[in-house]
Amino acid sequence: MPKTKSETKKRKYIKPYGDTINDGAVQLSFTLPGVTGELAVEAAKRLAQKMGVDDPYISSATEIGSDMTFIVLYGRIIHDVDLTRIEVSEEEEEKAPGMKAIDGMIEENLKRKIVVVGACIGNDAHTVGIDAIMNMKGYAGDYGLERYKNIEAINMGAQVTAEEILERALKEKADAVLVSQVVTQKDIHIGNLSKLVDLFDERYEGEKPLLIAGGPRITDKIAVELGFDRGYGGGTLPSQVAYFVYKKLLDKAEEK
Amino acid sequence: MKSKLDLDRKMVDECRLMAERIADRLHGFIVSHSTDSVERSVLRLMGLDGVDRKGTPLANIIVDAVKAAGKLNYGVAGVVADLMAAFDVDVDGDGDIQSLAGGISKGDIKVKGKVKGVEPLPPEKRREVLRPLVESGLQRIKKRVDERNALKERLPMDSGPLLYVIVATGNIHEDVIQAKSAVEMGADCIAVIRSTAQSLLDYVPYGATTEGYGGTYATQENFRIMREALDGAGEKAGRYIYLVNYASGLCMPEIAVMAAFERLDMLLNDSMYGIIFRNINTMRTFVDQHFSRTINAHADIIINTGEDNYLTTADAVEQAHTVLASDFINEQFAIKAGLPPRLMGLGHAFEMDPEIEDGFLMEVAQAQMMREIFPDAPIKYMPPTKHITGNVFRAHLVDMMFNVASMMTGQSIHLLGILTEAIHTPHVGDRFLSLQGARYARNNMRNIASEISFERGGRVEMRAKEVLKRAHDMLGEVEDIGLVEALARGMFADIKRAPDEGKGAAGVFEKAKGEYFNPFFE
Repeated sequence: MPKTKSETKKRKYIKPYGDTINDGAVQLSFTLPGVTGELAVEAAKRLAQKMGVDDPYISSATEIGSDMTFIVLYGRIIHDVDLTRIEVSEEEEEKAPGMKAIDGMIEENLKRKIVVVGACIGNDAHTVGIDAIMNMKGYAGDYGLERYKNIEAINMGAQVTAEEILERALKEKADAVLVSQVVTQKDIHIGNLSKLVDLFDERYEGEKPLLIAGGPRITDKIAVELGFDRGYGGGTLPSQVAYFVYKKLLDKAEEK
Repeated sequence: MKSKLDLDRKMVDECRLMAERIADRLHGFIVSHSTDSVERSVLRLMGLDGVDRKGTPLANIIVDAVKAAGKLNYGVAGVVADLMAAFDVDVDGDGDIQSLAGGISKGDIKVKGKVKGVEPLPPEKRREVLRPLVESGLQRIKKRVDERNALKERLPMDSGPLLYVIVATGNIHEDVIQAKSAVEMGADCIAVIRSTAQSLLDYVPYGATTEGYGGTYATQENFRIMREALDGAGEKAGRYIYLVNYASGLCMPEIAVMAAFERLDMLLNDSMYGIIFRNINTMRTFVDQHFSRTINAHADIIINTGEDNYLTTADAVEQAHTVLASDFINEQFAIKAGLPPRLMGLGHAFEMDPEIEDGFLMEVAQAQMMREIFPDAPIKYMPPTKHITGNVFRAHLVDMMFNVASMMTGQSIHLLGILTEAIHTPHVGDRFLSLQGARYARNNMRNIASEISFERGGRVEMRAKEVLKRAHDMLGEVEDIGLVEALARGMFADIKRAPDEGKGAAGVFEKAKGEYFNPFFE
């Protein structure tokens, strides 16, 4: 019998669903090196069982060359999760209005241009993200910060050192600094981002600008943990960033 | 090729004429200037290789020393010839340029002092001194060309689109394992993605490398290692395998030399990519791309251009014409460097939002249009990336649509879509699934292109005509103001690049009129 919405909410434990509640149906695929044939199938089954997948059924075991086998398997996972024990920050962020509205709000309530300095720091040469936020054409039809009447957007490009971005931020009296990190191999982005926060803490004279980190592997949680005011992942629209900066500056102004 | 799209031949010809005039306007600057990288590549062509104890390439050391002596605008080759003669170095092979470089590097030979004190040799004498080195370099390249031709005859490649996949572990030895496996799975071209930011290094790293970020460093030794591996894999598979790398960045001419010496088959070599997407100085890129493409032409290496990048952030429906306009421009720069159409892997991509009604028809229209406008070029078709999310099952389906579009329009180089795009660099199983799909399409639809015609006045035809018209208009605008100004205004990818900005500007210089010497460019 289909359960009502309230009954669903009361459930604490959940597991994957195939066609019967609590059947734990999962599909896994992976490559096993150095083994083919029946031995590969058995090895896959054992692995599945170790992973807590009961009754594993190897639906396909394809030899892909170089003595390797690609496995697709189905089974029932014995584990479940207790939703009540999980914490997520579901801060429902207010949907950002468009460029014209934000420009209007800045003009009316802040009465000055917002200055934003952005760059890819460290060795990173992937400017696709920072360009999407800052350059005129923006992203997915949402215009970049350069296009805003009341935002002065300075895109320093790629491979900028933390010192260089600090100097520029000081020079331009930046309200916000956007730092992009695309490459994350060996967690290099964590090091680069932390060093930047430290540098700003030690050497920024006057009121620090908002520090915002962005990149495909960046989340708000990671960024805030590292000392940033906000973090953005892939698919972020320029208007979201513009609106966030505006709101924060408005808060600061109202506090004074 | 009879047009299935009823494309306006006159309009296509006009596009070519405008692109020619656009390139012409820059040609004067290009041939009257040189760069640090061009000069370093001249040394490499003459057989110079190696690094000093700190890892600085000897090519950089010599060029920097000649620059510091205020003589680089006469061309590094001339100074080297003068120095060799002054030291009575027996020119019997490239060991000499190597020991000369070693001497300069250790400070035994003071270029500044020497050049000031020594009368420069007359050009004839310089040519004589360098002749064995120059000939040796050219011979080495010719040998590779002959080798490739012999191999391709004995190990023929597929007639349909060539299947191109990437490896990018950061460790060349790991890459070899992945590459061999990819060949076994049916790949025809293996591209080794470079370590991130290599394009912004003003030197080429040396030796086999085992660490990189988001890719593997392009070094001559890495080229050699992978070439050997692919030759072995090709023998086993019964077909020649193309090795691909990327020339883009501050060292285009040097990478072109290394690729020529190690028998690479394709190189990413775009006349504008570095400017727009890596913020490399405009004039530096134009001079570098010309010399590097000239080397590519001698080495029979196919160039690939990077038009897919225009669609990475711009809307693929709205900005399709920028891709075509860029292809026309890249074609003209290629012609000026001596590349025949069969070596022009001009780029285009399948990047529209899969949710768009009739989006597939537009993709097919554009792919067919490219095919017809560049009939003899091994055009490079690039897979969907922008709208690929982490849903790998859906990604796999979108990639299959791409495969179908490629077969329907008779594409030449098919860069495989991979279901884990934007998640991680390909795992061996991902590559297997991707190749399985591409081979399925290539075989199951082998001859479909010759069976297809399009509805006269239909959606496909109208879309192609529209894109051509907009590209034509854009080329007119670019011609009016010149390419340098067009780039400064952000006409390409909406990214503004001023001609005096960007990395590597300091490495561009005007050749000393009537006195610049470059034995390879005579």
